[in-house]
This record gives sequence, C-alpha cells and structure tokens, in this order.
Amino acid sequence: MGYSNKTKKIYTDQLDAIAAAGLFKQERFIHSSQAADIEVEFPAGAETKKVINICANNYLGLSSHPDVIKAAHEGLDTRGYGMSSVRFICGTQDIHRELEAKMTAFLGTEDTILFPSCMDANAGVFEAILTQDDVIISDRLVHASLVDGIRLCSAMHDTFKHSNMEHLEEKLQLHADKRIKLVVNDGIYSMDGDMAKVNELVALCEKYDAMLLIDESHSSGFIGKTGRGTHEHHGMMGKIDIITTTFGKALGGASGGCVSGRKEIVQMCRQKARPYLFSNTIAPVVVAGVLKVLDILNESTERRDKLERNAAYWRKGLTEAGFILKEGDSPIVPVMLFNAKLAQDVSRDLFAEGVYAVGFFFPVVPNGQARIRTQISAGHEIHHLDKALDAFRKVGAKYGILGLSKQEIIDKYGQ
Amino acid sequence: MPDLHEMKETILKYVINEYAEEDDDVTFDTPLISGGLVDSFSMVSLKRFLEVKYKISIPDDKATPEVFDNVNKIAALVKDYL
Ligand SMILES: Cc1ncc(COP(=O)(O)O)c(C=O)c1O
Repeated sequence: MGYSNKTKKIYTDQLDAIAAAGLFKQERFIHSSQAADIEVEFPAGAETKKVINICANNYLGLSSHPDVIKAAHEGLDTRGYGMSSVRFICGTQDIHRELEAKMTAFLGTEDTILFPSCMDANAGVFEAILTQDDVIISDRLVHASLVDGIRLCSAMHDTFKHSNMEHLEEKLQLHADKRIKLVVNDGIYSMDGDMAKVNELVALCEKYDAMLLIDESHSSGFIGKTGRGTHEHHGMMGKIDIITTTFGKALGGASGGCVSGRKEIVQMCRQKARPYLFSNTIAPVVVAGVLKVLDILNESTERRDKLERNAAYWRKGLTEAGFILKEGDSPIVPVMLFNAKLAQDVSRDLFAEGVYAVGFFFPVVPNGQARIRTQISAGHEIHHLDKALDAFRKVGAKYGILGLSKQEIIDKYGQ
Repeated sequence: MPDLHEMKETILKYVINEYAEEDDDVTFDTPLISGGLVDSFSMVSLKRFLEVKYKISIPDDKATPEVFDNVNKIAALVKDYL
C-alpha cells in the first residue's frame, strides 16, 4: 500500500484540472437495449427519460435486431459462453474460422483474422508486419487506435495532411528507398463524416510500390452499393492490401474486430500480432450474432438503402432549418456550432426535448470547430427524424443561430 | 556546399508547409519543438527530409529536440554533416 496522500494528490489535481476545463466525461446510463428509442438516466439518479438516439454507431439498426438476438441465443446454447483460452491454445471454434471466411468473402479480400476489438487489430497489425527498415505514412486525422498501433512498432512514422494527395505523393517520394511503405487511412473519418479518396490512394500506392491500409470501422456494412465499404464505393474491391474493421458499430454493434487482406499479412498477424496471441478472442455468442448480421446483409441491401435515404432526409431537413453542416454523404452528419459552450448547451437542451446527441469540442476536434455530431441509422423511422428535426429547430431558434453564417455564429458566441 | 542562407530558406519553407497553420508566423528563430509547432514524433520526418535533401546522415543521438528547436539551429546542424 504505497498510495500516500502525496500520490493521491497527483491524481486529484489532474482530475480537478479536467473538470475545471469543462472536459470531465460523464456516462449516461441507458436502461433499455440499443435502438432508435432508448431510456436514459441522466444525470445519475434522475428518473429515466425516453429519448431518440442519434449518436450511436448503430448505422444499420442491427444492434437489437430480433434475428441477431435469436442467433446469439443459439450460439450461446450450442457453443457455450466463454473459451477460457486464447485462439492458438484452445480458444478457436469452428465458428471463429467460419466468421473469418465470411468476412473475407464480404470484404473481397484473401484472408481474415479476428481480434478482440478493432482497437486491438490496429494495435497489433503494424508491429506484426513492419520493422525499422520500413515507413508508415498516415493521414493526419486517422483514428487514435491507429496512432497507438503505429507507435507500438519500430517502423519510421511520417504523416500527410488530411486527404491531401499531393502531400502524400511528396512523402512517398521522400521515403522511396524504404523497404516497405505503408499508407494508412480511415475509410470514413468519424468526426467529419468525409470519405478517403480511395481510388487516388490506390493509384498512388501502385505508382510508388506502397501498401495501403484502410480502417473501415465507420463504413463496413453500408458504404458502397452492397455495403462492403469505401473500396466498393470507389470500385477498388480487391485492391486494398489491408482492411481493419469493427463488429462494434454497424455489424451488430457488440464487439470484436479484424484484419482482412493479403494472405501473407494475415498469416503474419496469426504468428506475431500480440493482441491476437495474448488476449481471448470474440466470445462465441457474439460470433454467432455477427454471422447472422452478415447473412442479413448478404440477402438484401434494404438496410443500407434505407440508411442512405434517412441520411439524405436528415441532411436536407437540417439544412433547410438553417444549420451549418459538414459536407459529405455518409450517415455521420456534424452540425457545426464552433463554440464549445454553445455545443454543450445545445446538446443539453436537445436532451430536454427528447433527443440524445452529444457535443464534441477541443481536444476531440480542433479548437473553434465544436459541433453536435449526429449519426443516422436504418433503425430510425421518418417520425423519429421529424421529431428530432423539430427539436433541433426549437433549440436552434432559442439560441438564434438558424440561418446564420459561420462568422455570425462566432461573432455571437465566440470561437 | 549549399549557401547557408539558401539552406535556411529551404528548411523554413519545408517547416511552414509541413507544420504551420495559416495564421502561424514562423521565422528562422521561432521555437519549433518547445513552442509546440513540431512534436517529437514529427521530428523524425524532419530529420529524414534533411538527410534526403542534403544527402547526409545525422546520428540519432545528435538529433535532439534542443538542436531541432529552430531553423537557425537546424541549419547549423546540417552544415556540420555536409
Ligand atoms: C476508425 C475506428 N477504428 C477503430 C475503432 C475501435 O473499434 P473497437 O470498438 O472495435 O475497438 C473505432 C471506434 O471508435 C473507430 O472509430
């Protein structure tokens, strides 16, 4: 017991500083299953309130789909609850391998390896395949889990400005003599909802003999005509060397992730990736659920089509109401408010109106870029979206920001 | 041997293009690392740029944050290895 008052104070000081900066994160307790309508206890101890959820990554509305729940029950009954082992000792079931094969077919790759999460996939893949002779060139806005994975490996790391292909080309030239060059991107960037220029990335990588990795966590299941991801959208199926993605968002939303791509890369991960070697993989019940999700998506594109219609309806409604949105055609629709306090106030008032949407501000997004990030789902019906639009209009009017330009909002509320 | 002033201009141009935001005013003696413009991870790529551009090799233990802290110091370092 070396937890002296001196040690304790180090932490209380930091926590106080986080709170003083208005950055203290608090959880809101949901008393229902994940869906368009949820019951939320907030603040802690308050009566639960029924609200419309527009901040989940439940893009396809499959998190509580009855067929998925049924399949998960069957998985639980036939394959049990836990594995009590990592994959390569005695933690691999037939359904783990089945899911890997199904993901390979779904993504149009050569092979797939499951990880406990996509955070783990990203933490493990770089170290497993690169050495100090190699270089990683990543977009400056890639997800934190990729940044962490890159830091864990000994390859040189360089960056290029967000989606700036000229800058990437300069970097590919600068590092031309490296043994392996690996370019790293998100497919859809989760804060802005914009898409990587996958076709241009593929062309540059071919020109400079570089490999391409794309994290498809916010695209798998719904981007592209049949929902395979940004590579499908850009006509680049089969050309992405490494795809990482999650089962924790559109694909049922429970947990788990994978690395999918070139056969040898996947084999290297199976031999060397530490989160695969030293952590239990996805529980059987979840694997059974994800298998069902893939069946649903392979049968019909109805859900991703509905999601596309919903997202277009939502964008149009917010634009007509006079909000400033980030351009894009993904179901991530950021409503720009620029000022951090305004974003928090609007989020709080929306909640009072029965709409659950969260404000994002520095350091999660750049200073002066505060926003409410809304995420649309195929689980939303038009009446949900209409009710949420009413709430946005009402709160927007209260703060007098409807129809204002960016500069006018900043003049009124500050950066 | 490249002219020292020209070298400083080249390095400054690279630093501005690579790291500066539109409204940052970066000069030869702007503190880059202690000033927060360049983080210690990005230093690796700056070193790489210098090595490729001037065909030199800077030993890792000489590439310290202090020596990389402004364009004047970086140019002096490069000169040592030309
Ligand atoms: C782009 C991206 N990659 C990876 C992850 C991590 O996914 P998981 O929850 O499976 O660890 C996330 C989740 O926030 C993400 O947005």
